[in-house]
Amino acid sequence: MNWVAWKMLTGDRAKYLGTVFGVAFGVLLISQQTSIFVALMRRTAHTAIDVRDASVWVMDPHQQNADEIKPLSESELNRVRGVPGVAWGVRYFKSLARAKIETGDFRQVILIGLDDHTMVGAPVKMVEGSLANLRRPDAIIVDKAGYEYLWGQEPIRLGRTLEMNDRRAVLVGICDVTAPFQTFPVVYSRYSQAVQFVAAERKVMSFVLAKPQPELAPETLARRIEAQTGLMAKTRTEFLWFIVGYYLRSTGIPINFGITIALGFIVGTAIAGQTFYLFTLENLKQFGALKAMGVSNRRLTGMVLLQASVVGLIGYGLGMGMTAAFFESTSTVTALAGFYLPWQVAVLAAVAVALIIVLASLLSLRKVLVLEPAVVFRG
Amino acid sequence: MTATLHEKFESGPQTRETAIVCRGISKEFGKGETRVRALQEIDVEIFASELTLLVGPSGCGKTTLISIIAGLLNPTAGDIELFGLSQAQLRGEKLVQFRAESVGFVFQQYNLLPSLTAVENVAVPLLIQGMARPEALNAARVALDAVDLHAAVRQFPNQLSGGQQQRVAIARALVHQPRLLVCDEPTAALDAKSGQVVMDLLKRVAVQPGRAVIVVTHDDRVFGYGDRMIAMADGRVVSVSDESPPRRSGEN
Repeated sequence: MNWVAWKMLTGDRAKYLGTVFGVAFGVLLISQQTSIFVALMRRTAHTAIDVRDASVWVMDPHQQNADEIKPLSESELNRVRGVPGVAWGVRYFKSLARAKIETGDFRQVILIGLDDHTMVGAPVKMVEGSLANLRRPDAIIVDKAGYEYLWGQEPIRLGRTLEMNDRRAVLVGICDVTAPFQTFPVVYSRYSQAVQFVAAERKVMSFVLAKPQPELAPETLARRIEAQTGLMAKTRTEFLWFIVGYYLRSTGIPINFGITIALGFIVGTAIAGQTFYLFTLENLKQFGALKAMGVSNRRLTGMVLLQASVVGLIGYGLGMGMTAAFFESTSTVTALAGFYLPWQVAVLAAVAVALIIVLASLLSLRKVLVLEPAVVFRG
Repeated sequence: MTATLHEKFESGPQTRETAIVCRGISKEFGKGETRVRALQEIDVEIFASELTLLVGPSGCGKTTLISIIAGLLNPTAGDIELFGLSQAQLRGEKLVQFRAESVGFVFQQYNLLPSLTAVENVAVPLLIQGMARPEALNAARVALDAVDLHAAVRQFPNQLSGGQQQRVAIARALVHQPRLLVCDEPTAALDAKSGQVVMDLLKRVAVQPGRAVIVVTHDDRVFGYGDRMIAMADGRVVSVSDESPPRRSGEN
């Protein structure tokens, strides 16, 4: 009878395709918008994501995110280093700076200053040049997307110069890092040099990056640092969610994306549910005939669920395919760097489709199950 | 009328095999002020190997009675016995299984599945019983041959005339060799010629030893095809006749 259910479903091509594409567009909206939302949130946390060699971030206790920074005094570094269980602690500088290129054009950049000796927090993946070159005088490394923001589509050429705070900086490498929330170039420099690229302030140290001794958990060390120094300390994961939480609470991003995702779900459910319900209504007489001929309610339920599952599976496949095609086609667009389809979103979309299908088939099933087989004798 | 019916039973041929016995069947729909009594204490017997016509004006309860006989509706009161099985023995899944194995249906509007070809439609009762598709389709082809529709095997219902669709429906109703064939107004949607073909076919193919065939109709053109005729009015049996009236002129 599964074969009969399949034939009933696909017999009317227009309705069948209408239902499938209803689900597919629902999946497209849900998966694409959720992926973009996840990517945007990931971008907000680029600071935490890209520093992989430190497991504890120490900052001012009133700090709310990784972009509005209240600098620490140099003495705080020693206080952190003095906390039992700290294997090492180093400076980390992050600020916005204005960079002027050879043509006179300028751009706001995210300036990162790495500890001069250890280079903790340095980019992991170099596209051109070497990290070691950052030790040269005036050396900077710029991220790949940032190079395009600064110099357009010109081929990568190391040795180019730019000015920040009237100081010359020389490009010695191109790296690949997580795109920041603001589409600004990310410029890496040594700490001692980075602080010269921005206007002088009394306090300049943005964070202290620390590592616990081998037997100590980062969480334990973070709590210990907070207790002993009064500063705020977070593990890498805690810091990531701290930043994401700030953007979720303080911006309209989650509401806007939430609305679109909910719309995707509602539209998908409405189209699939309505088409599937109408399909069942139009076939009610046929279901009645099958019931009269000895098809049990359980079997009819199986038939309807099979039809709904087929629609769901094909719709899901098409929808995910469209989403994947979207991200594939935009993978080379610099402004959309870091936008991809995470597997977790694929799972979420599958759950959404399952819900859509259950809701759509519940309406139809109710009609079929309460149908009296004697209806077939009514002209 | 009941007395007349019993007299018929008693005076009927001894070789007759009783297929269905209805005793005091009543059926009500709705409650309170909207309550409708569709059937009132129906006592009737249907014999195997015969074509029984159930006739009467619209709304007299014919459809309700065959719905109960075919196990599609439960009576409000009374007992029904189908091929020696009591109502109590045919409940729930057993009744569904009985319908699948022992009852064939021919509907006024054919009720063929529009997305299945003629042969696939005919195979459906066998698929319901769990037969493998290739075997079911082979048996369906044979059944279509029997109703002279070999050429229409791969046609969809909307490619067939009304008469052809009804013949497909007859093949579908008979493919699993049911013991009871229930036909609801099989000629109502057909012109005279097609109706005649369908009734000829029912008489020729459907009536078999051991099988009871019930045809509900108010089309007096087909009265002559019955071996027996039960007339109803206002939810009651008003007459039972073992001799069908002669077919009208111009009919077989």
